[in-house]
Amino acid sequence: MDMSRLQQVSDSEWQIPPTGKMRVPGVIYADRTLIEEMDDKVWEQMVNVATLPGIVRASYAMPDAHWGYGFPIGGVAAFDPEDGVVSAGGVGFDISCGVRTLHTGLTPAQILTAQQRLADALYHRIPAGVGSTGNLHLTPREMDAMLSGGARWAVERGQGEAADLARIEEGGCMPGADPAQVSAHAKQRQKDEMGTLGSGNHYLEVQRVTDIYDADIAAAFGIKQDDVKVSIHCGSRGLGHQIGTEFLKRMVVTAASHGIELPDRELACAPITSTLGQQYLGAMRAGINCALANREIITHLTRGVFADIFPGSRLDLLYDVSHNTCKEEEQIVDGQPRRLFVHRKGATRAFGPGHPALPADLREVGQPVLIGGTMGTASYILAGTRTGMDKAFGSACHGAGRRMSRRQALRTWRGRQLKDELEAQGVLIRSPSGRGIAEEAPGAYKDVEAVVRAAHAAGLARRVAKLVPMICIKG
Amino acid sequence: MTDTRSGFWEHFEHPADIGVRGVGDTLAEAFSQAAMALCAIITNPQRVRPRQAITIHCEEPDLELLLADWLNALIFEMATRRMLFSRFDVTVEDGCLRAKAWGEPVDVPRHRPAVEVKGATYTELRVYQDNRGHWVAQCVVDV
Repeated sequence: MDMSRLQQVSDSEWQIPPTGKMRVPGVIYADRTLIEEMDDKVWEQMVNVATLPGIVRASYAMPDAHWGYGFPIGGVAAFDPEDGVVSAGGVGFDISCGVRTLHTGLTPAQILTAQQRLADALYHRIPAGVGSTGNLHLTPREMDAMLSGGARWAVERGQGEAADLARIEEGGCMPGADPAQVSAHAKQRQKDEMGTLGSGNHYLEVQRVTDIYDADIAAAFGIKQDDVKVSIHCGSRGLGHQIGTEFLKRMVVTAASHGIELPDRELACAPITSTLGQQYLGAMRAGINCALANREIITHLTRGVFADIFPGSRLDLLYDVSHNTCKEEEQIVDGQPRRLFVHRKGATRAFGPGHPALPADLREVGQPVLIGGTMGTASYILAGTRTGMDKAFGSACHGAGRRMSRRQALRTWRGRQLKDELEAQGVLIRSPSGRGIAEEAPGAYKDVEAVVRAAHAAGLARRVAKLVPMICIKG
Repeated sequence: MTDTRSGFWEHFEHPADIGVRGVGDTLAEAFSQAAMALCAIITNPQRVRPRQAITIHCEEPDLELLLADWLNALIFEMATRRMLFSRFDVTVEDGCLRAKAWGEPVDVPRHRPAVEVKGATYTELRVYQDNRGHWVAQCVVDV
């Protein structure tokens, strides 16, 4: 990105002053190196988002921001409930794609006694990749119950544990979901896909804690050096993609009738108060519930595998975060509480200590913020901060962010070779596709450590722990 | 270029995802080639036998939105039928697209599918005739 178009506020905060049709400034939280690596399209997209009606305070970019659809991936924007808009592009195709991390109570030495067997069993039991189906096949009535109930539905169906719910955003069930706004096509795409991982950058990893940065918060989160954790990254599967596709088009075609001038079709949006805006919110919230149910079912399958291989092991949920959402939240703006519709596109909610949405046993330390890495690097656990609430409505980065296209990655790496190299480093990869592995090569991503450092330095979230993979199941 | 099969497809760069581009002497050929480019994201189309056909019908007056509708219809069919495609017969007339797509059910060991496609986006979405009269149909797809 051309740095001359930015005003430096601090080492980790830069501004795009409002010009032209921008209603608010753009704010990027990242260090100089990360910003220099960002595409100029990120700048353009932040400026475009800043022109949308009813935007409050600023159009934000997180340290891992990259060129997305309409909104940058790693973009955060909040809108006024009366004058503002909701944007299907601002949420993205994979609604509520997110990460959850589970404790295992096991040690790396225990995993090493059965590493190959565990990798094979996880790969065998958890449906992943193109064409895979889950074990559940939903009738229309069950589909609607799932879309209204989220992870709570999964628990009621014996596909999860009740104790998990408090450790999921919204208690595992997004209120305001309206299954009637989800099309028959979207439901058809989902009916055999519950409990499937998907493909691309989605994964299930068995990880080892290698570094603790904040001992107090780590203790509150239940994280110790050399703990073994399981992290699951996936979303709302075909249902979310279909909702995204359909509402994007409806919002493009009706934008002019709502008096909205779109600088980019992918920014398609509708007034929050409009019928279409309300329909989208109802469908998108149903999509969030689908993602929450999906991650709960995959957790249930994972627990089954661990129970077989490590009898007596317990996988308790640390936390479950969502990346692609628009949520109605109370935020403090100019010292006053205001209801806002906060879009987080490839950004993690990161509520600070004391926030009423957090479960009682985490409220003092802040929300766990789970940052996914790549199969060869590291994942991080951070904690939401009070400063982050003011800086970006309680939001932080979500992962490394790509720095290289899939095509370029394919030209650079071979899946088989990469798999062997990672195995030599102690990371077992299981995936149906060598090409898929090459496209997701660790080198195709930005330095996740730099992204996390920048989020910490900017005060968006505090670094708590670092985890490296031992097993990675890729779709 | 007198050969009626002069069309071709290619992928173009997008930092997070991938772009599909179909080029042909006619609009229909460009749409057909764009569909090949879409399927080539998932697997090598030469591995997919054109054993059974499905029909697709889309109506949309805006040609660019029609391209997105067409690719999204294919994505929907691939997802719900768990099929891959490798041959297309497309006609486009007055904002109305009719197509037959040939393919077969996904066979993971043989097709080794690399990635699912989530949706065709409006990013870099363009349908136009270049200065030599060839039709170009392209967009970025989310994977």
